[in-house]
Amino acid sequence: MSQDYEVVIGMEVHAELAAESKVFCRCRTEFGAPPNSQTCPVCLGMPGALPVLNKKALEHTMRAALALNCTIAEYSKFDRKNYFYPDLPKAYQISQYDLPIGRDGYLDIDVDGKAKRVRIRRVHLEEETGKSVHAGDDIISATQSLMDFNRCGIGLMEIVSEADIRSADEARAYLSKLRSVLLAVGASDCKMEEGSMRCEANVSVMPVGAKEYGTLVELKNIASFRAVHRAIQYESARQIQLIEAGGRVTRETRHWDDAKGQTAFMRSKEEAHDYRYFPEPDLVPLLIDRSWVEEMRRNMPELPDAKAARYAREWGLPQCDAAQIADSAALAGFFEATVALHPDGREAAKWLLGDVSAALNATGIELSASKLTPEHLAEMLKMIASGMISGKIAKSVFEETFNSGAAPAKVVEERGLSQISNTSELEAVIARVLEANPGPVADYAAGKERAITFLVGQVMKETRGRANPGEVNRILKEKLSH
Amino acid sequence: MRLCERTAHDLRGMLVRGEVTSREITESVLDQIGKVEEKIGAYLTITPEQALAQADAADARIRAEQGNRCGGQCGGVGRGGDDATGQAPGILGIPVAMKDNICTRGIRTTCGSRMLENFVPPYDATVVKKLRDAGAVIIGKTNMDEFAMGSSTENSAFHITRNPWDCQRVPGGSSGGSAAAVAAGEAIMALGTDTGGSVREPASFCGVVGVKPTYGRVSRYGVVAFGSSLDQVGPLAKDVEDAALLLGVLAGLDGCDSTSVPKPVPNYASALDRGIKGLSIGVPTELFGAGLDPRVRKLVEDGISAMEGRGARTVQVSMPHAEYALAAYYIVATAEASSNLARFDGVRYGHRAAGSEDITSLMKRSRSEGFGAEVKRRIMLGTYALSSGYYEAYYAKAMKARTLLKRDLEAAFEICDVLVSPTVPFLPFKIGEKFDDPLSMYLADVYTTTANLTGVPAISVPCGLSDGLPVGIHLVGRLFDEETLFSAARALEEACGVARMRPPAACGCGDVEEGRNGR
Ligand SMILES: [Zn+2]
Repeated sequence: MSQDYEVVIGMEVHAELAAESKVFCRCRTEFGAPPNSQTCPVCLGMPGALPVLNKKALEHTMRAALALNCTIAEYSKFDRKNYFYPDLPKAYQISQYDLPIGRDGYLDIDVDGKAKRVRIRRVHLEEETGKSVHAGDDIISATQSLMDFNRCGIGLMEIVSEADIRSADEARAYLSKLRSVLLAVGASDCKMEEGSMRCEANVSVMPVGAKEYGTLVELKNIASFRAVHRAIQYESARQIQLIEAGGRVTRETRHWDDAKGQTAFMRSKEEAHDYRYFPEPDLVPLLIDRSWVEEMRRNMPELPDAKAARYAREWGLPQCDAAQIADSAALAGFFEATVALHPDGREAAKWLLGDVSAALNATGIELSASKLTPEHLAEMLKMIASGMISGKIAKSVFEETFNSGAAPAKVVEERGLSQISNTSELEAVIARVLEANPGPVADYAAGKERAITFLVGQVMKETRGRANPGEVNRILKEKLSH
Repeated sequence: MRLCERTAHDLRGMLVRGEVTSREITESVLDQIGKVEEKIGAYLTITPEQALAQADAADARIRAEQGNRCGGQCGGVGRGGDDATGQAPGILGIPVAMKDNICTRGIRTTCGSRMLENFVPPYDATVVKKLRDAGAVIIGKTNMDEFAMGSSTENSAFHITRNPWDCQRVPGGSSGGSAAAVAAGEAIMALGTDTGGSVREPASFCGVVGVKPTYGRVSRYGVVAFGSSLDQVGPLAKDVEDAALLLGVLAGLDGCDSTSVPKPVPNYASALDRGIKGLSIGVPTELFGAGLDPRVRKLVEDGISAMEGRGARTVQVSMPHAEYALAAYYIVATAEASSNLARFDGVRYGHRAAGSEDITSLMKRSRSEGFGAEVKRRIMLGTYALSSGYYEAYYAKAMKARTLLKRDLEAAFEICDVLVSPTVPFLPFKIGEKFDDPLSMYLADVYTTTANLTGVPAISVPCGLSDGLPVGIHLVGRLFDEETLFSAARALEEACGVARMRPPAACGCGDVEEGRNGR
């Protein structure tokens, strides 16, 4: 990117609420149910049907807003956002226009070890739309389109940031942190692949030091964290190139084509909808009781930042390791369960971020779905600490446990892997090794201290790694010095 | 008197005493429909088989309840018997007609529109469910102005309804079918919906009682929305007592409508005989000015004097913002309607234009074909009023007028208990007379819209005939104080002596012109 420009980004994130029923009716929200099996007159917008707010949806939104350090409105209301679309049964979406549930919050992110605060403009609650299914290869060649309204009316949170983000890296960090916060409070399952978390980026560029932002372009259809990064990089480069070539950025909405790796024109500002917002008369305004907000604040789960600080304090973890574990609800839960059984946080963290993460990545398994349990890890850490197995053996024990789910102690026992610290047993092996390797023994005697490493290696090889390396070193030195 | 001409409370007494069966009442009503419906055109759908089955079920329930109450020994129970089981049994076995914008499971609900010509709702509106639970007999679905937009029932996409007092004239609207059905004995009582006067105006034109309850008193669930913040379901009945009886069944909190209010429902029937001695009746000077037909004024003033004769006190009150009510109403109602009616797009139900190539043309053509002129006019008005450049100038301003009207009323109710005025400033007009002049038609709602904008309850009670045409007095009460309203209305009804006015069409009226039928 050219040195002379600064990228300015604001993010709009939509997250489906992790509620069992829809926001204005009692229909279920299970993902992947047969089309239109989770609908009723209300979410189908049948004539005469009326919405009734589900208190759980409001709670989820409030919890998310509190976690994002927002002020919770005392008086809020719903509005209608009017537009025609086949998957929008009432031809309006119930949303919030000028009085969102939460406003003026912030989210702290960390990019390359640098802390940064992104302000949150608003958090509001609205309803999901249905889904068009096009019969055919694509929307153009489809001979007919079918409607699935299962998703229609699921509670949706919109989280809008201020234009505080300055790079694609920051945008990705923001999303990832937002996701961990929403997961921590249980407001959404944030599955981008199932569409339960979606984002749009408002991107503009301006000369470094400029007072006024450039013309912003809205990027839609971004379906993964990786795509966010690529889309912003592409789009900011496009805008800079355009300006440098003497052109002007126009206010428009662009679509991110992940396969082609580029953004494409979708519509201009002139074509933008007039949504004709007005207060939703079918829902009474929300008067949010302060004591309810305070109670909710008191009962907030520990958020990732606080959790990371605690891990660093209690277990002496390096800040970045602590944050990495705390940001993932799955890792954090596993970590806490493990240290409850074996109080060595540093070792537990090392394993979780090392071998465990590597194995998960390699197999594509989620931690929650893997056969590995905190009991397993704790057991292994105990065996290492007691000297029963070496770190090296532990790696192969772990591999077996991870793949089969067998308890580590059992693996060690069945495969005879426990460490040999027994002096007489070791002495016998060492005697054999010394006899078989007169060369290195002579080298050592001649002052080449490094020759001992070879001899230790031979002992380990003889014992298939089970020998206690400390003991081997001690005995070897003793024998060789005679 | 034939059964179909009697009131519900009359019939109830007869049912309880075993003098008559619900089947006999229902047959009488169906028989009357057979005689006069061709002239009146009150209905869009009549469900005789279902009605008779419901009547038989009601008869069985009446027999069972009598057996329970007195072991079959005593002769019967009077009105007081209601208290033991609540108000619901008050309409057990009574034939009721329903405006066709109220969803009835399995019975088509057209809203008087081609758009919903074949729409059969998969569910009952809450008010329908309440009527069914109370054992009412549902006779059919009544004609109405399309999507409740109009004051004459000439805007129905299917046929016009005639005023039983003069078949050349309109019955009022938009609940014209319900009002005409009750007046002509084609139903004992009926449900209407009132967004700006749609129950009270036809009640006034047809010489029956019509109530617009407090907003939030009756669930709107299953009532096809016109102006959501204004709509209320209300009873149309032959007298005040029947109206009170029916409202008692309809009222109450509904978990399916978050604008319905969790207030206990009083026993309206027991409020009827409170009398009006000492009641302070406010006469808003602004509502007796220009534009009021002197014949209407005369009857209304006589009615007010009659109330004074029964011990009420009248005071002059001022409604300084009353002149803005109609304009504010037409902004709010059309704005909400433009949004509420957007769902009729031909995608999921209702009319779908044939041969469209893409979704935009499908929606455009379905709506162009499905909606009538008045509906389109209002959708356009409302869309305009809400569009981003005009929101402040129209919608926001109308909301401010609404607030001012609320304050006017609060100030008025500091010095009086009930407000009185004509219901409509003119007599029932001729079919076609105002049809091509929507603005003059809108004036029919000039006295009634304030109650919808402010949520207060209101009632129209017949106060006499002028040139053989009924005139209604309009009473407005405090929020949730339907009881005072009913007691005042009852006194007025007695004082005016018109509780049992019978229109000529109930037995047969003159030649029927083709008029705008088949339009
Ligand atoms: Zn539903």
